Amino acid sequence: MSNIKISSTNKTTKIKKKNKHNNYFCELKKDILRDKYLYILIIPCLLFYFFFAYKPLYGLQIAFKDYSLFKGIEGSPWVGLDNFITFFKSPYVFRLIKNTLLINLYGLVIGFPIPIILALLFNEVRNKKFKRTAQTISYLPHFVSTVIVAGLVVNFLAPSGLINNIIAALGGNRTYFLTQPEYFRGIFTGMNVWKESGFGAVIYIAALASIDPQLYEAAVVDGANRWKQTLHVTIPGILPTITIMLILRIGKMLSVGFESVLLLQQPATYETSDVISTYVYRLAIEKGTYDVAAAVDLFNAIIALILVFAANKISKKFSETSLW
Amino acid sequence: MGNFKRNIFDYIIYVIIILVCILCLYPFIYVLSSSLSSPDAVASAKVWFFPVDFNFDAYKKIFEDQQILIGYANAFYYTILGTLVNIILTVSGAYPLSKRRLRGRKLMTILITFTMWFNAGMIPFYLNLRDLNLLDKRITLIIAFGCSAFYVILLRTNFQSIPEEIEESAKIDGANDLTILFKIFLPLAKPAIATVGLYYAVSRWNGYFWAMLILKDPKKIPLQVILKKMIVEMDIGEEAMQSADAILSLSKETLIFATIIIGVIPMLIIYPFIQKYFEKGSMVGSVKG
Repeated sequence: MSNIKISSTNKTTKIKKKNKHNNYFCELKKDILRDKYLYILIIPCLLFYFFFAYKPLYGLQIAFKDYSLFKGIEGSPWVGLDNFITFFKSPYVFRLIKNTLLINLYGLVIGFPIPIILALLFNEVRNKKFKRTAQTISYLPHFVSTVIVAGLVVNFLAPSGLINNIIAALGGNRTYFLTQPEYFRGIFTGMNVWKESGFGAVIYIAALASIDPQLYEAAVVDGANRWKQTLHVTIPGILPTITIMLILRIGKMLSVGFESVLLLQQPATYETSDVISTYVYRLAIEKGTYDVAAAVDLFNAIIALILVFAANKISKKFSETSLW
Repeated sequence: MGNFKRNIFDYIIYVIIILVCILCLYPFIYVLSSSLSSPDAVASAKVWFFPVDFNFDAYKKIFEDQQILIGYANAFYYTILGTLVNIILTVSGAYPLSKRRLRGRKLMTILITFTMWFNAGMIPFYLNLRDLNLLDKRITLIIAFGCSAFYVILLRTNFQSIPEEIEESAKIDGANDLTILFKIFLPLAKPAIATVGLYYAVSRWNGYFWAMLILKDPKKIPLQVILKKMIVEMDIGEEAMQSADAILSLSKETLIFATIIIGVIPMLIIYPFIQKYFEKGSMVGSVKG
């Protein structure tokens, strides 16, 4: 088998020397004919990406135009960076950027470590049956739609809701939490932690399972107790997974949770709840200013892209783990 | 002494995990019990765990509402057809890209993965659908969200892990690429495809945002959009409320709780069966390819 391969490559190099150019197209044609079914197979997928991922990019130009529905994308005049300037001059710009960063920071500081801690706890459970059942229960919220989870939060936090019932039963005063700006970030972060932590732990549990048991045996021989084992074997073992998840997380930082913010926020809490993407939504859907909305969205997307590249680069430098 | 320490450590872990489980389960128990209780019991905060004054009135009322049944039917329609389209498009991209010999493979992979990091955003996407004359049509919800780059890459990696020798021997027997895909690769990659399909199905079933933007016709909207109106905006509908109050003396709350239960039931029924696939899926995804 290997002999045949070597002789055929020898042949092609000889031919290449004779007629390099002609040969390339000859080979290309041959390869395309050979793989014709593969090329046919990939057409639907490429068509999808053409129509629903790349064609919309054409519409991005409205971020630089004074877009009017009647004139269409082509008919609208170019205005350069005016839409961006409008956004940066708006009284909300500082609030929006601050809220976006803060809500994500809350999610990162509180929401990111909890699944890891949960996975480490599950890892210490010796009783297999208990572990399975508990894990299954902890996934449950992940499968429930954002709409329903937000509905639960809205209902539980209402003045006559469960949380206020508990507060009242303990002798406290009822509060309408969702109309108070100071509670919004906590509520939002709490909701996401409740919904995603159990399921988020799965990936770390998978990583934990692949740690070599010999490492633990060696640690025990060296006299490490369970805490020391966790610190020196378990955590280093899942560090690459943690890094990858962190980069992915940072990449989604500016967009994640948009739909749930939209479900929970009320005009009364815009002060702390309004983020860049909900502002884009309101500009476009409620006010119809598509051009400024598209500009704000583009700004958001570019920052997100820069964040992923930066996170990837930093991680490459310090831990030799990276996405690409 | 060492043994005693280990026990305390274990107990603490067990207690924390049991607390986590209670935290995950209790909201559903509370909602279920409240939806089966009398409005008075709910309003006066008598329901904590078991239903008080057990009755099915809220459910009866909800199922009289045509809109919920229509929403249910639509949600099934979009989930089943949509997931099918998802799987077909994902395999259509993943299989050719798993062949190292394919010319242009690198470029095509880059074009697809690029969409993971950058997309045109909400407004250009919406305008594009309008230009394609796809607003307020059922087909839009099915095809416009037909493929996710992440799953193409996931499935491609899975196909690549199947030994090439199998393909070579099939080629010698005279099979073409399509036969090889259907007879060999698809059966071998069945667990991965099932997993990806389930991920797609759950997000189809739970999705509301684009359905809300694209569809205007009440006959076409799926369950989640209706649920959003009812339980997040607490807009049960004037008519339903008036007749409900008069005839059954129902409160808005019991209706909302019953709606929540109706909304989660399909997921709750299938989730014990599918969750092990999800575990596998995230393990497949965690392997770097």
